[in-house]
Amino acid sequence: MKTNIQEIKDLSIGFKSQKGRQISILRNITTNIRKGETVGIVGESGSGKSTLALAMMGYIKQGLFTTGGECLFKSQNLLSLNNKELEDIRGRKIAMIPQNAGQALTPNLKIGYQIEEALRLHTDYSKAEREQKISELLNQVRLPSPKIMALRYPHELSGGQQQRVAVAMALAGNPELLLLDEPTTGLDVTTQAHVLELLKDIAKDTGTSMVYVSHDLGAIAQVCNRVIVMYAGEIVLEGPVRNILKEPIHPYTYGLLKSIPKLSLAGLPDSMPGSQPQPGNIENGCSFYDRCNFSNEKCKTQVPELEYLSEMDTSVRCFNHSEFISKTSEQKTKNHSQKEIMIDEILDLKDVSISYAKQGIIDQFLNKVTDTNPTVKDINININKGETIALVGESGSGKSTILKSIAGLLKIKDGHIKFDKKKLLSGDLKKRNSEDLRSIQLIFQNPDESLNPNHTVEQILSQPLKLYFGLTGSKLKESIAELLEKVRLGAFYMSRYPRQLSGGEKQRIAVARAFAARPDIILCDEVTSALDVSVQAAVLDLLHKLKEELGTTYVFVSHDLAVVKAISDRVAVLYQGRLCEIGPSKDVYQFPSHPYTEVLIGAVLEPDPDIKPKLVAEDIVEEKPPEIGCSFQGRCPRIIGDKCKNETPPWQIGDNGNAIRCHIGIEELKIQQS
Amino acid sequence: MENSKNIFNEKPKSSLAKVLDIISTMASKPSGFIGLTILVFHITLALTSPWIAPYDYKAINPSLMLNAPSSEFWFGTDSLGRDVFTRTILGGRTALTITFFGSIIALLWGGLLGIFCGLVGGRIDDIVMRIVDAFLSIPWILAMLLIVSLLGTTTEVLIPALGFFYGKGIVRVARAATHDVIAKDFIVSAKARGHSNLSIIWNEILPNVRDAILVEGAMRWSWMLLGFSSLSFLGFGVSPPTPDWGLMISNARGLMSFAWWAVIAPIVGLSSLIIGINLTADAFAKALGIDRSTKAPV
Repeated sequence: MKTNIQEIKDLSIGFKSQKGRQISILRNITTNIRKGETVGIVGESGSGKSTLALAMMGYIKQGLFTTGGECLFKSQNLLSLNNKELEDIRGRKIAMIPQNAGQALTPNLKIGYQIEEALRLHTDYSKAEREQKISELLNQVRLPSPKIMALRYPHELSGGQQQRVAVAMALAGNPELLLLDEPTTGLDVTTQAHVLELLKDIAKDTGTSMVYVSHDLGAIAQVCNRVIVMYAGEIVLEGPVRNILKEPIHPYTYGLLKSIPKLSLAGLPDSMPGSQPQPGNIENGCSFYDRCNFSNEKCKTQVPELEYLSEMDTSVRCFNHSEFISKTSEQKTKNHSQKEIMIDEILDLKDVSISYAKQGIIDQFLNKVTDTNPTVKDINININKGETIALVGESGSGKSTILKSIAGLLKIKDGHIKFDKKKLLSGDLKKRNSEDLRSIQLIFQNPDESLNPNHTVEQILSQPLKLYFGLTGSKLKESIAELLEKVRLGAFYMSRYPRQLSGGEKQRIAVARAFAARPDIILCDEVTSALDVSVQAAVLDLLHKLKEELGTTYVFVSHDLAVVKAISDRVAVLYQGRLCEIGPSKDVYQFPSHPYTEVLIGAVLEPDPDIKPKLVAEDIVEEKPPEIGCSFQGRCPRIIGDKCKNETPPWQIGDNGNAIRCHIGIEELKIQQS
Repeated sequence: MENSKNIFNEKPKSSLAKVLDIISTMASKPSGFIGLTILVFHITLALTSPWIAPYDYKAINPSLMLNAPSSEFWFGTDSLGRDVFTRTILGGRTALTITFFGSIIALLWGGLLGIFCGLVGGRIDDIVMRIVDAFLSIPWILAMLLIVSLLGTTTEVLIPALGFFYGKGIVRVARAATHDVIAKDFIVSAKARGHSNLSIIWNEILPNVRDAILVEGAMRWSWMLLGFSSLSFLGFGVSPPTPDWGLMISNARGLMSFAWWAVIAPIVGLSSLIIGINLTADAFAKALGIDRSTKAPV
């Protein structure tokens, strides 16, 4: 057995409430990090995973304090060291990679200087050696031409490159333990897959132990040897990655895995009821009791201990784990059938181009836009009544831009948007009539931003009801109660403010507000990406049920291919504001497909250590679409030469009914991709 | 974080309960308590002083000229033999009234214009803000002197004139506060639903910028008080024999070397009121969760 590099013994961290009550954030954490292994800490927001990671480098956030236990790094208790002693350890022996590298790098210093600073603080190299080492480090994180890279400022790098620089800085002190706090969360799917690949290689090459904190089981599955699952400040399950992800013997982990949409499964994922208890609200018994389908009387009154099962090398905090395994096999996954969509067009985007370019004075005078290379170009999509169409792509693909122009928030440069076969929708919001405005509603990504914090739920929901239907008094109240019922919330939510609601509840209110207008089309802009997985599954389920009930049409924008596969009937893949592929969702996910779709699907991380992502293209970030030729020419792994650079590719219809825009013939693609 | 459980069961409070809540939070800190006490004291005094004043404020008595403080005349008498105590407790009435209404005018026009500019943005915003900047560059005292010498020193002139000049700064604060919320999705959502600008200002923006504007207004009130007293000091505010702190300081300052009491009393009155308002405004800002020290006022 390998030696332990860090031992955490019975660690509890908490804070004192204003009333003097002690509230625990972490409760009795005991675990070890062994030399050379990568440990994943998984949990939903509020589970205490970041607090634990910070405690591992001897840092406790202001207002929190240790209520018991210790955190031993090489038999030195980090939590009892003073700042001076910690300085010697941090950076040199334990390093941290933050979630958002863009914010962690100083914007006005060149990255070479910032890496040198890390070297100066954490190593004893001479100046010349430091110069040398900077290039080595940048090479190690696979940044191209390190000499030039070192002279750049952080804003000149893409998100993935910034994250690599952060990794380089963390490696500067040659640490023995590397803490990573959600290092890939803000990145695009393809970039994320590349950064994970890099981290895995670094772990292999340097033998550094890593602690990888994430909510994303897909990422954990790729890089970790061992996984710790946290729930409400406790470790509920700990063991080798295969055991945890393939045969979870704790009901929470089981539910969590079930609620992740997967490419390999059709239909919506199962959702878990309820939400995680707030710190201080945990009463007697198991903290998961309220949400558990397998609980009994004992779970309600007694707290389960973490039990080590030697045959599986796994620790579990559950009374019923042995019976649980047999019970889960009986459970069937529900499978929602995709019903046939009638061809009944409700929204028609024809040759739509959108430009963010500012007009010059003369152009303003002549009232024309002369941008030859607009952000979004040649979008042709027909949307049928009652279907869910998804727009997929990485950041900068123009998916949200298209959504905004359908909503009337952005003017379109060319082309038109036709609503309900006849009416042209004006690009100017002010020129749309109230009926058109009512018919198209938006749901936003982050409910914290889309709900006015100073309004009660009642006020929020009454806005559209008053505006479109002129409801007042008891009629208004009845309608609001009805809406709340529709999104599975009780009428008593009316008097609450958004801050009193959990993330999932907030998003339900946002959904209710959109449905209040009784719209024909709802535009969903990354509606689940700010939510925890178990909540995401519940919101997707809600959206699906509401659609079946009311026959609403969804235009669903997302970067998450698995989510899209679960909810949509048709998918449109976008790259740099140009359509690459469009077709029924089950067919888009099958080959042959556009090379970009292939890259995207390849980069999806499944929560299974045995399914590796296929990295076929470089994760270059392009600032602007090319003026002529195929939009994907810069990154295409299957590029066939000048044709791709000079000619706009033609639309080809695949055998499954999906349209692909590529110079390579369907048959050829089929051969290449099989 | 504290009572996560309570927060979920919290009943919405009535507006009165909210105000009381804020006041009790303000009074829980020493500085806020002192500020509130001084302010309440001054307001009570201003409301009741005509009935508690021991003497007639305009009764001139040459035989009592420049008497030192005594049990009969607590704060002594001035150069015309008038009781300084009487004149001091009456001296804040005009200043408080005029500046109070002046502040309300400043808040209304400054706040609404600022929100409007922040919301519409673009060219209209540019033009309005340049005009506001131009006015900000004019020394207010010169402009005030011009206005009062043209239109007279009546209340009907002073209130709107002060309100106008002290509202300019509020425009900037309100605009900045609006910019903080304008990019939030709930405003975009209201726009996409097709609400009018007026409805967006009233329902969506105002509740979110109200606090910042109110705090700024409270600070402007104390500045305006100082400005108004300066005008009186220069002889362009309140006309004699109406008692007023600025005027009293102006009249008595020549005699300061041997009749200090005639100038000290109005100075204490004026500065304590300004300190009181400032402390209250700061405590108010903290109670609302706005940290003034991080945001530089214009």
